[in-house]
Amino acid sequence: MTSREKILEAVLKNQPESTPLPDLGNFRNGGPGLPSGGEAIVQQYMDTFKGIGGLLFSVDDLAAVKLLIRENFDLSKRLVTTLPELGLIAELYQPAADPHTFKDVELAIIKANLAVAENGAVWLSEDRMGQRIIPFICQHLAVIVDAATIVPTMHEAYERIGTGNYGFGAFIGGPSKTADIEQALVMGAHGPITMTVFIIK
Amino acid sequence: MTTGLFIPCYVNQFYPGAAIATLRLLQKLGVEVTYPAGQTCCGQPMANSGFEHLTQGCDTLFIEHFSSFDYIVCPSASCVLHIKQHLHSHKHQEQATLIRSRVYELVEFLTDVLKTDKLQARFPHKVGIHQSCHGLRGLHLGKMSELVGPKFSKQEQLLNMVDGLELISIDRPDECCGFGGTFCVAEEAVSVKMGKDRVTDHTKNGAEYITSADLSCLMHLEGILNRNKSAVKVIHIAEILNSTL
Amino acid sequence: MSGSGTKDHAALAKEFNKDEERVDWHDGALWWIRQKRDRSANQTPQWEELREAASSIKNHLLSNLHGYLLQFEDNLKKNGIQVHWAEDATEHNEIVYSILKAKEIDQMVKSKSMLTEECGLNEYLAERGIDVINSDLGEYIQQLDEEPPSHIVLPCIHKRKEEIGEIFHEHLGTEKGLSDPTLLTRVARQHLRNVFLTRRAALTGVNFAVAETGEYVVCTNEGNADMGAHLSEVQIASMGIEKLIPEKKHLGVFLRLLARSAIGQPITIYSSHYKKPRKGQEMHLILVDAGRTRQLSRVDFRDSLKCIKCGGCMNTCPVYRKSGGLSYHNTISGPIGAILAPNIDMKEHADLPFASTLCGSCSNVCPVKIPIHDQLYKWRQVIVKEGYAANTKALSMKAMAWTLSSPDAYKTAGRAGRWFLKHLSFTVNNKLNPWYKQRDMPEVPKESFDEWYAKNKDKEKND
Repeated sequence: MTSREKILEAVLKNQPESTPLPDLGNFRNGGPGLPSGGEAIVQQYMDTFKGIGGLLFSVDDLAAVKLLIRENFDLSKRLVTTLPELGLIAELYQPAADPHTFKDVELAIIKANLAVAENGAVWLSEDRMGQRIIPFICQHLAVIVDAATIVPTMHEAYERIGTGNYGFGAFIGGPSKTADIEQALVMGAHGPITMTVFIIK
Repeated sequence: MTTGLFIPCYVNQFYPGAAIATLRLLQKLGVEVTYPAGQTCCGQPMANSGFEHLTQGCDTLFIEHFSSFDYIVCPSASCVLHIKQHLHSHKHQEQATLIRSRVYELVEFLTDVLKTDKLQARFPHKVGIHQSCHGLRGLHLGKMSELVGPKFSKQEQLLNMVDGLELISIDRPDECCGFGGTFCVAEEAVSVKMGKDRVTDHTKNGAEYITSADLSCLMHLEGILNRNKSAVKVIHIAEILNSTL
Repeated sequence: MSGSGTKDHAALAKEFNKDEERVDWHDGALWWIRQKRDRSANQTPQWEELREAASSIKNHLLSNLHGYLLQFEDNLKKNGIQVHWAEDATEHNEIVYSILKAKEIDQMVKSKSMLTEECGLNEYLAERGIDVINSDLGEYIQQLDEEPPSHIVLPCIHKRKEEIGEIFHEHLGTEKGLSDPTLLTRVARQHLRNVFLTRRAALTGVNFAVAETGEYVVCTNEGNADMGAHLSEVQIASMGIEKLIPEKKHLGVFLRLLARSAIGQPITIYSSHYKKPRKGQEMHLILVDAGRTRQLSRVDFRDSLKCIKCGGCMNTCPVYRKSGGLSYHNTISGPIGAILAPNIDMKEHADLPFASTLCGSCSNVCPVKIPIHDQLYKWRQVIVKEGYAANTKALSMKAMAWTLSSPDAYKTAGRAGRWFLKHLSFTVNNKLNPWYKQRDMPEVPKESFDEWYAKNKDKEKND
């Protein structure tokens, strides 16, 4: 008997009497009577993300984003993006390239599928990242979020993500961090040191 | 309504004052109390040490003494919890089940059964409540700090009826004192550290007395207070509620 | 009493308590985290309903684990992930070794995996010439110091920054006396970045695996799992079979509970969903039993398999806070460790269920509502029945049971005890009595309640 067979047999023998799954309907929007979208949700997202230590700008369009990036980041360093509209200030990179070639990226600018108000996280599927390593290896991360894609809680996020047609995806909730040394919070562990979100209203 | 008084073994031997106060308090509140002689122990010390299988003798004795009462009242949350959860008897299963639904700790008996809303009591001192784990997380005498929900405290409810009494608030309202039965000697170092921390929480917040529904906790805290020659005293809640200083 | 001659929890806790200032600091740090957890729980509407839902989902999962394992395996394969099954720790380690050997890889980077810690993977591979570096900062520090992690989420919570500075000075050449957390973290960032960039293999743990879609989620704050994985040619995930959840949407419940329960954060910085290998990359997943099916057979203890490894029980446990994770001599320490370990090795870990006052705080913070303190009580009964209680304890318990079963014996014993305490107090107030070491004995009253009642009951009735 293979290990697989032995394990499966033991599980079948030992598992208890079946119990039902719960209904998750009551968690919609975080509770009955809570808003499913709109200004309140956008504001909650912005407050939460800033509270985590993220940088946030609320803008009208990508032209404004371009200006802010020029003002806040060093364009002499390597900036990359998946957005053709930003092709003048950043490099449009090839998804097929060896991930190691991105080790010198200073800033990556990508666009999120959606964002979650209750925790400030953005959801990025692989195609939005271009290359999986991009949002982790860059020194600084910038993410564009359409205000209309902000949802109240993880429940709505997963409703939109569905079973998911991606090879990789991630919720990213701020700049990388650690508090492993005496619980002192340090921004910038192994991922980006800062994260900036541009909300396009 | 017949009420039997259950006095835990160590209260009987070392803190008869709390037992007397319990008896007198109940009588003052109009309860006709019977104290069945010959009672011993609820069996908890053995059960918590892994020797539940040796508690049949205790259980049988308990059932013999208490099965005739409508209510059984006891000034010890931990003993009451143990009876509620573990009283069993192969011979007298029905009686055991009945007793488990009829046993009450003193505080909850006053708030839930007698629905006491005033007391002729006076205790003009600063008092800190030590919420025993069995009373709080076992018998739900108050809101547990870990859970999200409305605040309530049966002990505070009663103590607020005592004239002159000032309740102090402490930093960690429901951290365990470290008694834990045989834990208090088997893990002496941690047990004492936990007790010391509880004592410090009360003393730094101005308590003159530390009260509780459990004398096992108080016995442990008192041991530490006395060893450190503290002026702070422990007192069972029955003695405060019965106090007419 | 742990069986191998090594110290048990009580002895290790006693050592830990020799430095009271350190105990206060350790206790304070973890209590602060518990308070952060409370704050975030109170800010989450429907918190208690979420716990109930998580508990129900895991109950359902365990009761249909066979079917979900088959569904998961099927979907993993469809996604292009190679599936392996390991009955025990050794087999798990052999599988990892064979995967690496096939690609002639002799260096690997690992992100947090308590399972691989349990299996002793790093040591196994080191003996066979494969170097593994733990990339989570806390685990990295512990690895440099050759000490196991003391907490499953905060591996070096027991270490002061000066001690960490000393470790960095010794192993990474930092300036002596440097202890600033930011500067130390920057040094680790540089050093480990190079590790990520040069290692061809990465191993991660699994926080949640979804049967419905054949994907798994890895949660970190540091981003170390992703740095290793996305730069690797070979990516391995090691997973206990109980880490499955039935459907994708259930992730909503668990990801809302995990970081809040652990450290009072609404979500970890990274919740990475791995589904298919990157182009040109190999992905493997190892399903591990190592005692889990045995725990599943234990009606009283199978609930412990619902655990999502948040560490919340450790943060709230006063005994854990005041004795340190290393006192539990087990990979998983604290309250959850105490109900998992006796299943792995009852003799070695017989002391753990007794390293508790049964206060019940752990059960209240558990996001999946494992009744941990009830299971601690039940394990005590099992351990005594199996014969692992100290002999002296058994004898004294029998004596107690006999005395308390007889009203006359009880009265005699009570009177005798009080007499001894009053007249021959030195027999009790001495170094042999552990109670007496740091506490006074209770004062002896002049009579017991029984005696008072016998004298006064007629008077009382007439009042």
